[in-house]
Amino acid sequence: MWRAITTILWKDLKIELQTKEAFGASFVFSLMVLVIFNFTLDLTSEEALKMGAGFLWISFAFGGVLALNRSFALERDENCVQGLQLMPVDRGGIYLGKCLANVIFMLVTEIILLPLFAVFFNVDITARPLYLLAVLFLGSVGFSSVGTLFSAIAVHTRMREVILPILLLPVTIPVLIAAVEATAFALGADTDPSFWFRLLIVYDVIFVTVSFLTFGYILQE
Amino acid sequence: MIERKDTIGTVLTAITAVAMIVSLYMVFLFAPREATMGDVQRIFYFHVPSAWLAFFAFFLVFVFSFLYLLRGGRRWDTLAAASAEIGVLFCTLVLVTGPIWAKPVWGVWWTWDARLTLTLVLWLIYVAYLMLRHYMADPERRATFAAVLGIIGFIDVPLVYFSIRWWRTQHPQPVMAGGDDSGLEPAMLATLLVCIGTFTLLYLTLLRYRLKLQALRDEVDTLQDRLEQAG
Repeated sequence: MWRAITTILWKDLKIELQTKEAFGASFVFSLMVLVIFNFTLDLTSEEALKMGAGFLWISFAFGGVLALNRSFALERDENCVQGLQLMPVDRGGIYLGKCLANVIFMLVTEIILLPLFAVFFNVDITARPLYLLAVLFLGSVGFSSVGTLFSAIAVHTRMREVILPILLLPVTIPVLIAAVEATAFALGADTDPSFWFRLLIVYDVIFVTVSFLTFGYILQE
Repeated sequence: MIERKDTIGTVLTAITAVAMIVSLYMVFLFAPREATMGDVQRIFYFHVPSAWLAFFAFFLVFVFSFLYLLRGGRRWDTLAAASAEIGVLFCTLVLVTGPIWAKPVWGVWWTWDARLTLTLVLWLIYVAYLMLRHYMADPERRATFAAVLGIIGFIDVPLVYFSIRWWRTQHPQPVMAGGDDSGLEPAMLATLLVCIGTFTLLYLTLLRYRLKLQALRDEVDTLQDRLEQAG
C-alpha cells in the first residue's frame, strides 16, 4: 500500500516538475479570477477584507478544477490508465497517491497566490497564519478527495473535462462554505470558527474514505 | 418478447388515479382555509409531498446504486436511473411551488435558508447525475460511474444541510415538530398525510412505467440488432 502511494505520488510530482502543466494552468487561471473580481466589483480594501475569503476560495476552486482535470487526462492521453489497471497493487493506494499529488498541487498554487491576493486587495494575510495554513490544507484535501475520484470518472465521458466542474462543485459546497468562513476568521474576522474546522475535518474523513473504497470500481474494466 | 399485459401496472395506475381524486377533494374542499395565509396555503399539500417524494427518490437512488456496486446486475442500474429522473422532476416541482407560496406569504420569491438551499443543491447534484449518464456510451461503465455518484451525492446531503443551516437560518421552524400549540389542525394533517401517500403511489406508478419503457427500448435494440444481422 505505502509503496503504491509513494510511487504514484512521485510519478505525478516528477511529471509536474518537468512539464509544470497543472500548476501553470491552475495558477494563471486562479490569478485571472482574482483580477476579474477586481474589475467587476471595484472594491475598497475594507470591502475586500470582508469578501476576500470568498474571492480566494472561488479562485482556488476554479483553478483546482483545472488541475484535477489534468490528473487523469494525463493518464488517458498516453493510455496509462491501462498501466494503472494492470498494477498489482491495491486500487486504494493508487487513489491515495493521486489524491495526495493533487492536494500538493492545489496547496502550492494557493500559497503562491496568497501574497498576490494580499498585494492586489490590500489585505493583511498574517493575522492568524497557522489557522490560514490549516484551512488551506483541509480545504484542499476536501476538494481533492472527491475531485480525484470525479476526475477519473470525467475522462471516460463524451464531454471529457467539461463535466468535472458540473459534478464536483455542487458536491463540494460544504467545503466551500466551511473554508470561506474559516478563512475569514484566519484573515482576522471576529467569529467562532470551531464549527467550520470540525465540518472540514468531518468532510475530509468521510470523502477520502468513500472515494478510497469506491475508486476500485472506477478503475476496473 | 416482453409481456404486453401488465395487470399489476394497471391496478397500480387505477389506485393512484383514485387516490389523486380523493387528495384533490381533501385539498380543496375538506381541508379548512388557513386563517392568516388564506387559500394560497393549499399549495402546501403539493409542495411538501413533492419534497418528500424527491428525497425518497434520491434515497432510493442511493440504495439502488449501493446494491448495484455490491451485487451487479442491470436491474439495479435501471432502477437507480428511473428513480433519479423522478426525483429531479419532483425536486423541480418543489422549487417551482416554493416561490409561488413564498411570494404572497413572505413577500420574496426566494430566501437562502437551509431547506430551500438544500433542495436547490440536491437538484444540481442529481441533474449532474443525469448529465453524467447521458454523456456515457458504454452501459457497464455508465452504471458503475453513476452508482458511485449516486452514493457520494447522497452522503453529501447531511453535510450540505448542516453547513447551510449553520450559515444562515431564517425558515420558520417545522410546524409539526413543535410544541402543543404549533401543531397542524387535524383536518390539515389528515389531508397532508393522504397527499403524501398519493405522491408515494405516484412514484411507484411512474417507476413502473419507466421500467416498462426501458424494457421496450431494450427490445427495440435487440430487434434492430437482429435485423442488421439478417440484412
